[in-house]
Amino acid sequence: MTINEKQDELIADFSLMEEWMDKYEYIIQLGKELPLIDAQYKTDDNLIKGCQSRVWLHTELKDGKLYFTGDSDAVITKGLISLMIAALSGHTPKDIATSDIYFIDAIGLSSHLSPTRSNGLLSMLKQMKMYAVAYMAKLNN
Amino acid sequence: MEHVSTAIAPVLDVARIREDFPLLQQAKVFGQPVVYFDNGATTQKPQIVLDTLEQYYKNYNSNVHRGVHQLSQQATEAYEQSRRTVAAYLNARHSHEIIFTKGTTDGINLVASSFGRKFLQAGDVVIISAMEHHSNIVPWQMICEEKGAELKVVPINERGELLMDEYRRMLDERVKIVSVTYVSNTLGSINPVKEIIELAHARNIPVLLDAAQAVQHISIDVQALDPDFLAFSGHKIYGPTGIGVLYGKEEWLNKMPPYQGGGDMIKTVTFAKTIYNELPYKFEAGTPHMAGAIGLEAAIKYLQQVGLDNIRHYEEQLQAYALQSLEQVEGLRFIGQAAHRAGAISFLVDEIHPYDLGELLDKQGIAVRTGHHCTEPLMDLFKIPGTVRASLSFYNTFEEVDKLVAGVKRAAAMLR
Repeated sequence: MTINEKQDELIADFSLMEEWMDKYEYIIQLGKELPLIDAQYKTDDNLIKGCQSRVWLHTELKDGKLYFTGDSDAVITKGLISLMIAALSGHTPKDIATSDIYFIDAIGLSSHLSPTRSNGLLSMLKQMKMYAVAYMAKLNN
Repeated sequence: MEHVSTAIAPVLDVARIREDFPLLQQAKVFGQPVVYFDNGATTQKPQIVLDTLEQYYKNYNSNVHRGVHQLSQQATEAYEQSRRTVAAYLNARHSHEIIFTKGTTDGINLVASSFGRKFLQAGDVVIISAMEHHSNIVPWQMICEEKGAELKVVPINERGELLMDEYRRMLDERVKIVSVTYVSNTLGSINPVKEIIELAHARNIPVLLDAAQAVQHISIDVQALDPDFLAFSGHKIYGPTGIGVLYGKEEWLNKMPPYQGGGDMIKTVTFAKTIYNELPYKFEAGTPHMAGAIGLEAAIKYLQQVGLDNIRHYEEQLQAYALQSLEQVEGLRFIGQAAHRAGAISFLVDEIHPYDLGELLDKQGIAVRTGHHCTEPLMDLFKIPGTVRASLSFYNTFEEVDKLVAGVKRAAAMLR
């Protein structure tokens, strides 16, 4: 599945739920299924700045594709990491770096999340893309 | 033309009071009428405050203290009348002991900077408490660092009460000022400020009270309580944002150099001297927040009409009900359980992150605050990342408390 196909699938999933409490229920569920970061990578270096709750993110390159794991001390935040990972994990650094992430707006997350959480989500996306750009440079060398 | 409050003393008819607050009538959050429990951060405004602001801008907006023309005189009179109303509200001896500021933070910075420059020297001590808001920590850290003075912190017990024995021991000849909060914005503790002041005064040490979370809940008589300085914000007492009050005893304010503009300038500029040397203008450099001051007066008059004792009485009942109801929630623990309290109720549920809880309350139309509430050292003390804080006002109802409790239960069930 391409990044866009995955995004469209997430948008479709969320459109089935009318109530925001239901959407949150789903996000929390995703949080519980988050591919957890290995304890050794839960370091300050892997902490993402700009979140009210703490967020760790780790990246690994396997067979030319990037895989993300993460964690947070807040469950909803874990759900959001899980969403980002669902959309971006398992793709090439180039696909990730050049991806257009539209599902956050389409779901309505950017307008419904609290501003700090929403900023945190953008920091997370920025960080994931930065990792991808770094790996792209590495692969080209 | 003037909106007359429908609130009748001494009985507090909350349904009627709520009619005075347009936002409480109109605001919808996620399709539901807002349940506003973030009053510690800012309060909603009664219609009379909104009307007063509008009338000011429509009918007599003009710069104060400057013009010979009629409008300026009218604006000046209204601005100075507000000062007299604030002075009467606090029972200050003189209206020139009331300095209009931007807010509590501005007032504390004024004292820390001005008092500190004049009276603090290397080796001196400033005392604050462990439950201070950042705005009563950082200004003192800044001036202490500049002067080589030391900042000492009165510790608290696990209930969120000051350790008064420790405070007594800390008072010695090195201490030049004590600056503590009247009511904690995070824990809701009401501190024994009368005793704090008496103990300090026995050693001729002045005391500043941060009354940001007190002045809207408790009636304050500065002559009886006898603080040397007291600061609060207009927007937390149902008035406009951007206006605040610093009360200072005349004898101290006269001894202190101006905060803005600079003392050196006064010596060389004759015209400036005549302006700044006189209280309260010495501390009000630049065009003041006229509309804000006039709006604040309207808010204070509104509170006086409802009656602060009625407000206190009702809020105590509401608070007792909220504490008792929240206690029934499985896994809920209060952060701060002082015997005497007002305003804020901080809590956590199990290991649930306060941010998650706050967000799900928001989606149910309930406004609370989450995080460290600008009291990071206090959070470190309790070893928690933050709390969920519901802060009450006299316009909140018992039904709203029920909604909060149901909301917390629902959110906690989802997050567990």
